[in-house]
Amino acid sequence: MDKPFAITLNPGSSLANHTGSWRTMRPIYLDRLPPCNNQCPAGEDIQGWLFHAESGNYEKAWRHLTRENPFPAIMGRVCYHTCESACNRGKLDEAVGINSVERFLGDEAIKRGWKFAPQETESGKKVLIVGAGPSGMSAAYHLRRMGHAVTVMDAGPYLGGMMRFGIPKYRLPREVLDAEMQRIIDIGVTVQLNSKVDSVLDSMQAGGFDAAFLAVGAHIGKRAAIPSGDAAKIVDAISVLRSMEGEDKPMLGRRVVVYGGGNTAIDVARTAKRMGAEPIIVYRRTRDKAPAHDFEIEEALQEGVMVKWLSTIKQAGDSSITIEKMALDDDGFPQPTGEFETLEADSVVLALGQDVDLGLLNDVPGLGVKDGVVEVGLNMMTGHPGIFAGGDMVPDRRNVTVAIGHGKKAAKNIDVWLRGESVHPEPKHDLALFERLNTWYYSDAPKTVRPTLDIIRRQSTFEEVQGGLNETNALFEARRCLSCGNCFECDNCYGVCPDNAVIKLGPGKRFKFNYDYCKGCGMCVSECPCGAIKMVPEEN
Amino acid sequence: MSELQTVSFYQTGTFTVGNRLLKQEERSVQANMQRTNSLNSGHRACQGCGEALGARYAIDAAMNASNRQLIAANATGCLEVFSTPYPETSWQIPWIHSLFGNAAAVATGLAAAMKVKGKSDVRVVAQGGDGGTTDIGFGCLSGMFERNDDVLYICYDNEAYMNTGVQRSSATPGAARTATTMPVGERPGNSFGQGKFLPAIAMAHEIPYVATATVADLRDLEAKVVRAMSFRGARYIHILVPCPLGWGSASNDTIRLARLAKETGLFPVFEAEYGEIKSALAIRRPLPVEDYLRPQKRFAHLFGKNLAVDTIARIQAKADKNIRKYGLLAKEAV
Repeated sequence: MDKPFAITLNPGSSLANHTGSWRTMRPIYLDRLPPCNNQCPAGEDIQGWLFHAESGNYEKAWRHLTRENPFPAIMGRVCYHTCESACNRGKLDEAVGINSVERFLGDEAIKRGWKFAPQETESGKKVLIVGAGPSGMSAAYHLRRMGHAVTVMDAGPYLGGMMRFGIPKYRLPREVLDAEMQRIIDIGVTVQLNSKVDSVLDSMQAGGFDAAFLAVGAHIGKRAAIPSGDAAKIVDAISVLRSMEGEDKPMLGRRVVVYGGGNTAIDVARTAKRMGAEPIIVYRRTRDKAPAHDFEIEEALQEGVMVKWLSTIKQAGDSSITIEKMALDDDGFPQPTGEFETLEADSVVLALGQDVDLGLLNDVPGLGVKDGVVEVGLNMMTGHPGIFAGGDMVPDRRNVTVAIGHGKKAAKNIDVWLRGESVHPEPKHDLALFERLNTWYYSDAPKTVRPTLDIIRRQSTFEEVQGGLNETNALFEARRCLSCGNCFECDNCYGVCPDNAVIKLGPGKRFKFNYDYCKGCGMCVSECPCGAIKMVPEEN
Repeated sequence: MSELQTVSFYQTGTFTVGNRLLKQEERSVQANMQRTNSLNSGHRACQGCGEALGARYAIDAAMNASNRQLIAANATGCLEVFSTPYPETSWQIPWIHSLFGNAAAVATGLAAAMKVKGKSDVRVVAQGGDGGTTDIGFGCLSGMFERNDDVLYICYDNEAYMNTGVQRSSATPGAARTATTMPVGERPGNSFGQGKFLPAIAMAHEIPYVATATVADLRDLEAKVVRAMSFRGARYIHILVPCPLGWGSASNDTIRLARLAKETGLFPVFEAEYGEIKSALAIRRPLPVEDYLRPQKRFAHLFGKNLAVDTIARIQAKADKNIRKYGLLAKEAV
C-alpha cells in the first residue's frame, strides 16, 4: 500500500462507519390502540376509516368501516358516539366529529349505491338468527361474509327491530334504515318476517340449522302499579312507538303524561309533541340523575316538552292525575314529601324500561336466565352449546351500537365454534394515550357543527332533527383526526433523524429504521406526532 | 417565512416534515425519497446533533434550489470535524475546508472562480458554527458582505465552541454555563451585555438577504434557503441548532428546545431584505423562558436551591424585547 505519511486508510464515504454501534436504546415502530377504537362498542377501526376519508377516498373509507359495522348511516344518527368522549383531540380543542363523518360516509354510500361484494365461498353450514334488529342483522352480515347460509326470522312485519319500533323517524328516517337493511339481504341473507319463533330448538331442527343466534330484543314495556280509575288510559311507551309504524296511530289525547326519565320517555314525549299533543314528562329524580342523554333532554325541552322533575304519579283518573313531589335524601334517593299536585292528563304513557320475551327458550336445556335476561359467556354462547345470544336480551348496556357489537362478536364465535376451533384473541395494542402524542404538529382546527332543523318544524313534523355534513366539511372534520398511535406517514421520523437512519418505503408502506446508523438519540420518538414509535433497550 | 396552509385543512398543515395530503410541489425537500442527503450517514456527530440536522436540512434545500450545482466551503468546527475525519467524508457534494476563520474568503474565491469560468449556474455556500462565524471568521465574513460577493453564508449557531470542549463564544447567551464561564461567584455563568447577534450585523451591511431559522421549523427553514438562493450577492442565514453535549440536554430534546427558543421569544425567527425586516414567524403558543431554560443543564444553576429570580427575569426581559422588536405576538407578522 503506497500511502502518504501517517495515512493508513483509503479515501471513502463515511458509510463505512457504522454509528449504530453507539446505540444503547433502539427505536421501533408500533401501532397503538386509538382511544376511539378502544371505546367503540361495535369494535370499529375508527382511526382506520378516517385515514381513508382524510384523503377523500370515501368509498375506501366506507368499505374499511363496514368491515366491522354494516350500518354507518344508522350509526351516524343513533349511535351515542362514546368514541368522541374518548377522543384525544378533546384534550386539545374539541373531539373529532366521528359520528358526523360516519353519517356522511353512510349517506354517501346510499347516494352512490355502494354494495357489499358478493360472497364467493360457502362453508356449507346453516345458522338461524332470531330477531331482525341491530344485533341479529349485524350477526347475519358477518356470518354471511364468512360463507355461512344465514336465515333471519322475526316476529314483526319489518326489518330493523328496535331501530324501527323504538327509535322515532325524526332521529332515524326509515329510508335510511331500509337501505342499510336491504344491502344485507343483497349479499344473500334469507329473511322471514312475521315468523315468530316459539321454540328455538324446534325451529333449528326443522330448518337443519347448525347454530343459532338469538337477538329478540326487549319489547315488553314494564308496568307499574298505579291506582287508577276504570276510564284512565294507561299505555306503555314501547307500544306507542311501535304503533307509530303502523296505519293506526296511537290515540293519546291532548294532555299526555310520560312517566320515566330514560331515552324512551324522551322519544315518546317528542313523538307526542309532533302529533300535536302537549306532553309532560314526570320523573321521580332530577335531570342530572335521569338516564336519558342530556342532549336529548335538551332537544326535547327546546321543542316544548314540559318536565316535572322530582315527581311520582300517585293516582291516575280519566282526565287528570295526581303527582307527589319528591325530595332527594342525603344518599341521592328520592323520598316522598306529602305534597301533591293535580295535572290534566288524557293519557299516561309508562316509559319505565322493557323486559325480554323469553318464551322461545322455555325448553332449552342448560340455558341460564337471570334478572330476566339470558346469561352468556365471553364468546356470547348461552349455556346450551350452539345457541348464542346478544343485544338487549343479554346483560349489558342497551343501545343499538352495543347490540351491533354483540352481533359481530357472536358471529366470530359462531364461526369458530362451527369449525370446531377455539379462539385465541390477539392481545390488544397498548392504548395511545394523549401523553404519547406530540400535538405541536397538528394544526388548530375547531369542530364542525352539524345543522339542526328549525324549531317550528321540529314541533310539528317527523323530519330529521339533525342534519348531515357536506363533502367539504366532512373532509375537514375527518382531517381533524390525530391518528393516535398509528403512523399516518407525516415523514417526521424520516426528516428529523440527524443520521439519515430512517428509510422511507414509499406511499402506504411507512418507514423502517436503518440500525447500521441509528445512534438511538430518540428524536424520532419525541417528534412523532401520533406516538407510533417507542424506544426499547438494546439486548447486548 | 414559510407559507402556512391557506384553503384546505391538511390535518397537520405544514408543521410536519411531510404530508401525504399535500400536492407534490407543495411538499418539503426532506420528505422526498430522492433527497440529496448531502450530509450522509456515518458521520460522527453526537446523538441528537442539531447541527448535523440543520446542515442536512439547509444544504439539501440549497442543492434542490440550485439544481444540484453547489459547492460548499466549510469553516473549522464540529460540522467539519465530525463529517470529514480523513480519509472519510459524509459530504455528497463538492466540499472544501481550509481554516477556522476563512470560510467566507474561500467561498468568495470559489464564487470568483466560477464567474471567471463562466459557470453562472454553479452556486456557492459557506458554512460554519457560531465560533467560526461570529468570532474567528467575522472579519472575512464582513468583507464578503460589504463586497456583496455571490455567496450564501450559513451559520449553525449552537451558542459556544462545542468541538473544543464547550468554551464561550460571542453567541453564548447570558447566564449560560460553559467551560470558560463556570457557574461560580456572584454572577454565575456567562455575563450579560456582551456578545453579538450576527443577523442584525449582517442586516447592517444591507446585503440582499438575511434570515434566521431553527431546526424546529423545517418548512420555514427550507423556504428561507430557497428565497436566499433566488438572490445573487451576499446572503446570510443564521440557524439555531441545539447541542445536547454543550447545552446539557437530552438527545431527543434537540428539536423541542429549538421550538421552545422560538416560542418563548428568545430566538426571533425572521427574514430581512436589503437591511429591512420583511416578516417574522409568529409565536404560536406563548411560553415563559423557564420552559426553555429548565431542560438545559447549562442553566441548571438558575434553578438550584435558590431560584435565580433576577437572572430569569433578565432573560425574560430579553425575550420580551424580541417579541416587541420583531412583532412576534402580532397576529400579522411584521
